Amino acid sequence: MSAAPKHEQYDVVVIGAGPAGLAATTATARAGLSTLLLDENAGPGGQVWRAIGATPVKNEALLGADYWSGAEIARAARDSGAEIIHRATVWSLDRNLELGVSVGGGSAFIKAKRVIIATGAQERPFPIPGWTLPGVMTAGAAQTMLKSSGLVPDGPTVLAGQGPLLWLLAAQILRLGGRIDRVLDTTPRANYLAALPHAFAFMTSLYFVKGLAMMREVRAKVKVTTGVTELAAAGTDRLESVSYVTAGGRRERLPVELLLLHHGVVPNVNLAMAAGVEHRWNELQLCWTPVLDADGNSSIPGITIAGDGAGIGGAQAALWRGRIAAERAIKALRPTAKVSDLSPQLKRAERGRTFLDVLFRPAKQFRIPDGDTIVCRCEEITAKDVLDSVAIGATGPNQLKAYRRTGMGPCQGRLCGLTVTELMAEARGKSPQEIGYYRLRAPVKPIMLSELASLPKSDEATKAVVRG
Amino acid sequence: MMRDYDVAIVGGGLLGSAIAWGLGRLGQRVAVLDEGDIAKRASRANFALVWVQSKGLGMPAYTGWTVRGAKAWPKLAEELKAQTGLDVVLQQNGGFHLCLGEAEYEQRSQLVARMHNQVGAADYHMEMLTAAAVKKMLPLIGPDVSGGSFCPFDGHVNSLRTFRALHAGMKQFGVDYLPERAVSAIAREGNEFRLTTAQGELRAAKVVLAAGNANQTLAPMVGLSAPMGPTRGQIVVTERTMPFLPHPLTTIRQTDEGTVMIGDSKEDELDDRVQNHPINAVMADRAQRMFPHLARLNVVRSWTGIRVMPKDGFPIYEQSETHPGAFVACCHSGVTLAANHAFEIARMVKDGALAPELVGAFTAKRFADEIGAGGSGYY
Amino acid sequence: MFKRAEDDGRRALTIHVEGQAISAREGDTVSAALLASGLDVRRDTAVSGAKRLPYCMMGVCFDCLVTIDGVGNRQGCLVPVAEGMQIEIQKGKREIGK
Repeated sequence: MSAAPKHEQYDVVVIGAGPAGLAATTATARAGLSTLLLDENAGPGGQVWRAIGATPVKNEALLGADYWSGAEIARAARDSGAEIIHRATVWSLDRNLELGVSVGGGSAFIKAKRVIIATGAQERPFPIPGWTLPGVMTAGAAQTMLKSSGLVPDGPTVLAGQGPLLWLLAAQILRLGGRIDRVLDTTPRANYLAALPHAFAFMTSLYFVKGLAMMREVRAKVKVTTGVTELAAAGTDRLESVSYVTAGGRRERLPVELLLLHHGVVPNVNLAMAAGVEHRWNELQLCWTPVLDADGNSSIPGITIAGDGAGIGGAQAALWRGRIAAERAIKALRPTAKVSDLSPQLKRAERGRTFLDVLFRPAKQFRIPDGDTIVCRCEEITAKDVLDSVAIGATGPNQLKAYRRTGMGPCQGRLCGLTVTELMAEARGKSPQEIGYYRLRAPVKPIMLSELASLPKSDEATKAVVRG
Repeated sequence: MMRDYDVAIVGGGLLGSAIAWGLGRLGQRVAVLDEGDIAKRASRANFALVWVQSKGLGMPAYTGWTVRGAKAWPKLAEELKAQTGLDVVLQQNGGFHLCLGEAEYEQRSQLVARMHNQVGAADYHMEMLTAAAVKKMLPLIGPDVSGGSFCPFDGHVNSLRTFRALHAGMKQFGVDYLPERAVSAIAREGNEFRLTTAQGELRAAKVVLAAGNANQTLAPMVGLSAPMGPTRGQIVVTERTMPFLPHPLTTIRQTDEGTVMIGDSKEDELDDRVQNHPINAVMADRAQRMFPHLARLNVVRSWTGIRVMPKDGFPIYEQSETHPGAFVACCHSGVTLAANHAFEIARMVKDGALAPELVGAFTAKRFADEIGAGGSGYY
Repeated sequence: MFKRAEDDGRRALTIHVEGQAISAREGDTVSAALLASGLDVRRDTAVSGAKRLPYCMMGVCFDCLVTIDGVGNRQGCLVPVAEGMQIEIQKGKREIGK
């Protein structure tokens, strides 16, 4: 089922089969451009519509209408004439629009005239004490299992953090008969006031009514503790309890088997950064976002970024960004083609986003850890280790790699990069923009050495290596 | 506010750090001026070999200097451990250069013979071993390995931990490490050097240029020269695997953490942002032919780095005649020679004069004549 | 830790975890099947030997590393189960020849 790309060259290569990637693929393929959609997962949908068409959860009310809206989008992409390959890993992309693609244990290079990166988002790192213990997972992880395998928690379970996804997950778990003992809401009290000026736009947005209904649904069944200011997981070799400090300053502890963490999602930047796309620190969303024009064009000609990878905007905005990126590609490759202005639709989809960004901007103590809390899960490096390195001269994430190997493990900085940048910025009294980020390079996901070995070689390359 | 120093060292990589650590150890007041997080840092891109075999073809003095450096490494490792608690995992039980196919074996044999014919190089004990002999020492080699050269003095070290230990040790010796201070100008006024940075001026009695390829532009400011011909190299690194490689190779080594580093290429390019994929393919292919079990390992990183490479491949150590107290040091083998830099060069800088019997051959004046076709300063 | 939804109508298939047969469902990822099995499926990290379970389930964290059909360090959250699959829990660094 997972075959290698049929051709060596395409008009458009789209990376990621979430809302943006599916919408972009449909549009460029329908316009007659040869289009290849590459996706890492077993089926279309990305994270938000994961397992659409394959989920064992057949009762549509359980996952909600927003989820099922993905079925039509996925179907349209499938019927568009585009070549779609799942379980494909794009491990390299360069400024010549050459892509290294791994499928089924073999790799090949393909060329594109336009590349649309739609690699979406990942969960923001949530580096609290004990977050590496077995039994601590992201809310997104639980939702993935729920959608694709119908699995729900059945032991003592706590959800902690903030943001729409946390409440959506809670509602879905409860609807499927799963167990939640407590929701610990970490939304900083001060955020409510800060978000007030943006409230009108939000109240007239798509999110408002749905969000309120969901919170009401959860609160009716589960005890919710709001204003939580500290959070720690504890246990020996597995999660045993979660302790927290309430808004009133009281420290409490709950015995627990599963802790699901969430405080928002951040763009998946590894592929775009490795390609050399310029990114800047986004102080509102507290993450790196690519520098893009209104059509999603990046600093590298021919590379467009759509969806949450362009800056978190949610599924509806991702759809429109995907379509806009597609229109842009169509216009570039078929100058006579008629394209329409979709910016009003995007604007409507983005309505209310600022309110969410401000309200759910995570508190510093949940982003910038201290002491023995692990920062780099792969190399098991703590906040104190990072600060010690700053004290002997580490100026940024790349010098830190030399001192401590942070970001050098298999996840390649995905779960420590933001924390390292913010921690070093804080320690050095600089802005995250000044501190910078890891310099990322291919392979952005691991591939087997044999795959690398099977790629085209040249006499020149051999001479550069074999020198007696 | 800028303090005054005995010595200002420009460059905080392995070379500058080793000299700074050595000077701090001798009680000197030292400042190290360095670039920031994004810089062409050879110290972050090295292969971590402490390597003797085949070095110095065409320049016997380099052979001697290399052997001396390798022999002094245990002392450096011990002192760093005693001072900082950091084990740099020095391992010097001999290393290989493996050959694939008969032609490579023949070519390597000739190189070994040439080395033996060079005065002073016989002390190397570098010898060719047949595939069967190699297999006794490296049981997991594949059928394509035709043999290789072995030198009992070769070894490797955890170079990133060495870097960290030197920086931690420098701090303990009171050395001021000043990152994000690129030096734009150096002038000698009276008995001191004035180094201009964006953050202001820094004064020191002596200055050591250890800025890698930037030495090319800095050296003329103090009446020195550093003709460089830097090259680009690529390295591929795998995930951690159980120990399988008891000796390092010129092209493959297993770190103490368990990752396998695969190198090493040499191109006349200076853009370290792009990777040459065919080169990675060749390196990966050769690695899996040498050790077939590596084929299924996951590659987690690869990178391109710029080597600090003087024009003929051999180091440059020079003191200024027009600007007494100014020194320049450039070399490719910052890991192999780290102990020499920490102990010998540091002492010479403190004394104010390079010792001709040790490093006289490495004068940049050799470039005043026609530059040779290049020896094997690089292995 | 997790239980299956009652109306899961997907085809059941058998995989083996350290030699022990367990039931999974078509469409499960290896990681999901392991977490649903109720077995102790914690791996040991390659750095300190610390115990870990999957964290992100979306290919990002590499805490789901597992040996599948003799190949070590695979991301269990990205690999669908197949009938007869042999799973071994990852114990530290990748083993030679696995």
